Amino acid sequence: MPEQLLFAMEVTLNGLMAGVLYALVALGFVLIFKASGIFNFAQGMLVVFAAMTLVGVQTGQIPFAHLINTIFGTKIHHFGWTVPTIIAIIVAGAAMVLVAWIIEKYILQHLIGQPDIILFMATIGMWYFMHGFAPLMWGSEVMKLDVGLAQGINETIDTTTYGWFGYGFFIDNLDIVAAIVAALLVTALVLFSQYTKQGRALRAVADDHSAALSVGISLRFIWVLVWSIAGFVALVAGIMWGSKSGVQISLAEVALKALPVLMLGGFTSIPGAIIGGLIIGVGEQLFEFAIGPLVGGATQAWFAYVLALVFLIFRPQGLFGEKIIERV
Amino acid sequence: MFYREAGDFKTSYRDDNQTFPIRLDRAGYWIALFVAFCVIPFFVNDYWVNSIFAPFFIYAIAALGLNILTGYAGQVSLGTGGFMAVGAYACYKLMVAFPDVSIVFHVLIAGGITAAVGVAFGLPSLRIKGFYLAVATLAAQFFLVWLFNKVAWFYNYSASGQINAPERSVLGVVVTGPNTEAWAKYMICLVFLVVLAWVARNLTRGMTGRKWMGIRDMDIAAEIIGVNPLMAKMSAFAVSSFFVGVAGALFFAVYLGAAEAGESFGITKSFLVLFMIIIGGLGSIFGSFAGAAFMVLMPVILKNLLVGTLGWPTEIAAELEFIIVGGLIVIFLILEPHGLAQLWRLTKEKLRLWPFPH
Repeated sequence: MPEQLLFAMEVTLNGLMAGVLYALVALGFVLIFKASGIFNFAQGMLVVFAAMTLVGVQTGQIPFAHLINTIFGTKIHHFGWTVPTIIAIIVAGAAMVLVAWIIEKYILQHLIGQPDIILFMATIGMWYFMHGFAPLMWGSEVMKLDVGLAQGINETIDTTTYGWFGYGFFIDNLDIVAAIVAALLVTALVLFSQYTKQGRALRAVADDHSAALSVGISLRFIWVLVWSIAGFVALVAGIMWGSKSGVQISLAEVALKALPVLMLGGFTSIPGAIIGGLIIGVGEQLFEFAIGPLVGGATQAWFAYVLALVFLIFRPQGLFGEKIIERV
Repeated sequence: MFYREAGDFKTSYRDDNQTFPIRLDRAGYWIALFVAFCVIPFFVNDYWVNSIFAPFFIYAIAALGLNILTGYAGQVSLGTGGFMAVGAYACYKLMVAFPDVSIVFHVLIAGGITAAVGVAFGLPSLRIKGFYLAVATLAAQFFLVWLFNKVAWFYNYSASGQINAPERSVLGVVVTGPNTEAWAKYMICLVFLVVLAWVARNLTRGMTGRKWMGIRDMDIAAEIIGVNPLMAKMSAFAVSSFFVGVAGALFFAVYLGAAEAGESFGITKSFLVLFMIIIGGLGSIFGSFAGAAFMVLMPVILKNLLVGTLGWPTEIAAELEFIIVGGLIVIFLILEPHGLAQLWRLTKEKLRLWPFPH
């Protein structure tokens, strides 16, 4: 088989894996958008915040140590213990629920009935707030996240493909784990929304706010719930991204790529988020592989956005979005 | 007592429709212009110009531009940083290619080029609306910054990848390059700002502005009463991008002197200008000024207070700045979605009745 084709296949596979990560972030957006009609720009920041909290708790960092040291002249930084991974994950999850509750109580409650675009801008404000808050709480260095996931090249795939084509594919174990976790997460979400009382209430709210209110569903509870779930999804995404490239604030900008993913897949569709993620992941890797060297490389910075833009011109609601009907 | 229309008779439509209907406002406007043009230039030093006046004037131009697009025409844009980069790089290429032409023309042509790019990226707005458009403008942001970083022609193959403003003068006074005097920097930014603000004010209260506002309030309804959405949206993108391009050109040539696309015109710049118009007030010329002043002054004050007076590390001051700005955005959206401009409007209403409110 020609070498170029083999490379392209490897790139495609890696693109699929990267796409899973985009899809994980996009999933959080979709959940919130469906349930509350809020376009949550801050989802990427939630991912970073969740990951930072996880590392911070796990390594026993003292929150706001830097600030406390500056004000009181002390020299504290660590509690001096490490917390088992599973407990750290639970604590970080609880922190995300708390964040969801605070957002609902102190921001969203006061913005009910405002135009969507105002809510959108409020989430940009939240993005900014957390951009300062997260490093203030946990420090601004790159943090190493290690929750014991398999990492490095997958030997089995390497040797198998070497046997087949005479060229071993490089696939990171972590990417495979991410794909499996994403599949599990989506299954769990689908089961939750189909078979539990809260899940059904959530779907009812997504369908029609006032109808859901009239049958006695508490909107406030559902919103806290859905932001908590989005926070939990963010935590999972944060673990995957963080294990791959370390946790730092600039991760949020990479997570912005979930936006074109959403546009491609449609804002309201969970399968859309996943398929959109895969398309973007594969598309940008293949584009960089084929066209990148001709134009100077690093095309990943914009390819996803331009692809989504061009695509939207032909299909404004995305692949799986509901048809946009406008009335005067 | 002094602040009211009583006794201020208007005998023509022209008088009746003027921007400042109250005599005291008019006087204040002329005094402000007089102070800005004839008093401050004699007292400014480098620190004041570089940390307050120049960024304030330039960001005010950018905020005016974005306010035309977002506040008046209702098209949310997150690509301001990218368009500023277009203005900066266009200005740089022109300055290097035509050293004998006055820089004023370079800046204006750079604005024109940005307007063309803005229209190109604005075309999808006919099909894509709301959030989708906001995200689509991110394409402009990331693509343009990448373009200026990767295509060496734009920075004339310089080894550092930076662009450096050569020395140019207007009417014999050096306005760019390291030898610029503080007052020259101040004056060129001020002149551009005053002229552009005048243009913006008169555009937005005329037919064009009304078309934009119609599109903003409901585009289908506007279309039915005879507003051409293509022309209205494209003109909004063109005018807005022109303003932003001029701001970008001044930002690079006069204020920074040297720039690198990713660092000077990244996505944070887009957010910054968007925040200015949210805090200042969407759909208000005064709001663009107020927002720009606020967002320029706040970090300076914060830095002086925390780093200068209390001796905190700059890192914490920067993080606190993010927190305060983000928090303020949310608070403003909750308490006063129309921003500082609305607060000013309310104050004026109160002042008119003072001291006899009934």
